[in-house]
Amino acid sequence: MILKTRLAGHTYEFKSVKEVMAKANEQKSGDILAGIAAESDSERIAAKEVLANLLMSDLRNNPAVDYDIDDVTRMDQDGVNASVYNRIKNMTVGEFREWILDYNTKEDDLKAISKGLTAEMIAGVTKLMSNLDLVYAANKIRIHSTCNTTAGIRGTFSTRLQPNHPTDDIEGITASLFEGLSYGCGDMLVGLNPVNDTISSCSEILKRFHEVKTKWQIPTQNCVLAHITTQIEAVKQGAPTDLIFQSIAGSQKGNEAFGFTTDIIREADALLRVKGTAKGENVLYFETGQGSELSSNAHYGADQVTMEARCYAYAKQFKPFMVNTVVGFIGPEYLYDSKQVIRAGLEDHFMGKLTGIPMGCDCCYTNHMLADQNDLEILTLSLAAAGCNYVIGVPASDDVMLNYQSNSYQDAAAVREILGLRPIREFEIWLEKMGIMENGKLTPIAGDASIFSGKGGF
Amino acid sequence: MTDERLVQLITEAVLKQLGKVPAQCSQDEIVFSDNSMKAVDGILPDLTTPANKAQVTVKNPDDKDAIAQMKTKTSARIGIGKAGARLKTNTYLTLRADHAGARDAVFRDVSHDFLKEMKLFSVDTMCSSRNEHLTRPDLGRQLSDDVKRELKSKCQLSPRVQIYVSDGLSSQAIEANIKDTLPALLDGLQGFGIGTGTPFFVRYGRVAAMDAISETLDAEVTCVLIGERPGLATANSMSAYIAYRATVGMPESRRTVVSNIHSGGIPPVEAGAHIAQVIKTMLEAKKSGVDLQL
Repeated sequence: MILKTRLAGHTYEFKSVKEVMAKANEQKSGDILAGIAAESDSERIAAKEVLANLLMSDLRNNPAVDYDIDDVTRMDQDGVNASVYNRIKNMTVGEFREWILDYNTKEDDLKAISKGLTAEMIAGVTKLMSNLDLVYAANKIRIHSTCNTTAGIRGTFSTRLQPNHPTDDIEGITASLFEGLSYGCGDMLVGLNPVNDTISSCSEILKRFHEVKTKWQIPTQNCVLAHITTQIEAVKQGAPTDLIFQSIAGSQKGNEAFGFTTDIIREADALLRVKGTAKGENVLYFETGQGSELSSNAHYGADQVTMEARCYAYAKQFKPFMVNTVVGFIGPEYLYDSKQVIRAGLEDHFMGKLTGIPMGCDCCYTNHMLADQNDLEILTLSLAAAGCNYVIGVPASDDVMLNYQSNSYQDAAAVREILGLRPIREFEIWLEKMGIMENGKLTPIAGDASIFSGKGGF
Repeated sequence: MTDERLVQLITEAVLKQLGKVPAQCSQDEIVFSDNSMKAVDGILPDLTTPANKAQVTVKNPDDKDAIAQMKTKTSARIGIGKAGARLKTNTYLTLRADHAGARDAVFRDVSHDFLKEMKLFSVDTMCSSRNEHLTRPDLGRQLSDDVKRELKSKCQLSPRVQIYVSDGLSSQAIEANIKDTLPALLDGLQGFGIGTGTPFFVRYGRVAAMDAISETLDAEVTCVLIGERPGLATANSMSAYIAYRATVGMPESRRTVVSNIHSGGIPPVEAGAHIAQVIKTMLEAKKSGVDLQL
């Protein structure tokens, strides 16, 4: 294992694989905050050069967190298919990058090789990819998942309708829900981030979502993104949900900081098989985002791309219906500006796909970072071109509860038109029946929420 | 170009100059019956007003009253209509205007004149710029030895209550609320017979800088009035974080918080009186945060 290189006459030597991995990252404020980033652009490229010449086995043998103290590492390492791994273990990371990009490497090849990869191997090759590489490679892969409907089919581009409200007012939530449906949003999910993390509030909102879905016969999924333990109790008391949600991290310590354990996720999954309203086999929803491990001091000196890849390795264990990075939510101390957010969004999507999970993205920004609506739209279009399963939709981009901006209800419709993409088929048929969509385009009545309320709605 | 075509073009140009457009070239004028706001006295109206946001701009809705009714139930930007599959101009510019306001609130400093008027002297945390403040929360929680010496020389030591003001993530919130909240808070404590130390201002501050300040000045209770991260609805929201015997490295759960202080939330004068009451309770119970039943 060679950890030393010359670049433009200067010698760079790194102490460990972990240091190479951190310094090979594109610049991120979170890695600087953690004190592990490259100190110059030249050192960054030197680290990439060293990384490109490491073997895939070097990355597997140096997990970011020790096997003995961390269940994320254990599940990831124990899940590796030995015969698949043996095919690639002696490739360099640079050779593996070229293999992924090669014309002869098809979707089935990538999905097959995924079984022999750990998070560190996936993170490593990501650090050698340009932004367009990440789009190009991710576009080869589609990951399907089935709850009530099947998402991720090539040619579809879906949305989670996010009708958040600053006080969880049920009629206000319903108003935003109708508005979103009228723009053709919500084929992936109708999912609310609640203000009040209580069983009664969670149940009341789930009940309303279920009533709307039943009354209008909408082929989609419902969820309220309370804490996992709150959702479990609500379901036990009879609340109708298709999915259970949890934010996850790339280390056991990070997950403990989120207030759950692996056993609780297994409990949620088992509960939904008995008491959930979903027809299909994928009933969990996870959210992630670069930097969350550092924020809870659970990063073990590893960089945020590597820790993010570990989130996906963890998510994979539970066969989720949907996973998305909330890429611009965490703030400028982790992702400083639009350049870093766009990079992180493309990295996360590619890593999720290569891991084999159904990947979406909340393309977003907060008001204290250097990004705006223009940047978010560029990321959205790039991800749709990369075959991202879904993005978020909120009224005019402004989430009045979480106080950040994501995609507007209109954005997905525009992106679908530009790239020739469609909603999930059953949902599209429903939109056509409602008169909202025709031949993949919004009709003149799209955007009129009163088509729901005016005809004896809620 | 043929001669015939040339003659046609010249004829058209001449007719146009005379104000007569040939019939075959006429097109319907594009008219939008949009209810965008009209100028009054030669000035365009303010996009950020509630009146602008209350408009229903959906074209030919099935039931306009129903949409107006829905808009009363949420501050979300619904009932906005569309231009193709994009936002209408008014909706788009209103969104950008609100975002611009939020951004400016983060990146501006509290003005020197304001601090002078409030008689607050100013110190910095370990951050040396606004960008460092945003990217290095660790430095925003710390004070240099020089600043600690300055505080010790300018402030009353070992006060029962140390109150100070900090920009946090919205300088605008400080300028919007402090003139009301700070006097109301000081008056309230005086009314309870509770002595307070010397107030001051901390630039580039994070909440936990209060722990270093509490230790430096040996305060029994420390209270910081700090700007919250701006949302699009308001960039004026301020919070008070209060702790009994705050120490560096203590758990976050030991802080008591009064948040959402602004004209549309807890009004700033009322907030001052409320915080005074909280501090009184805290001094009696000798504890703060989740340990303190309010």
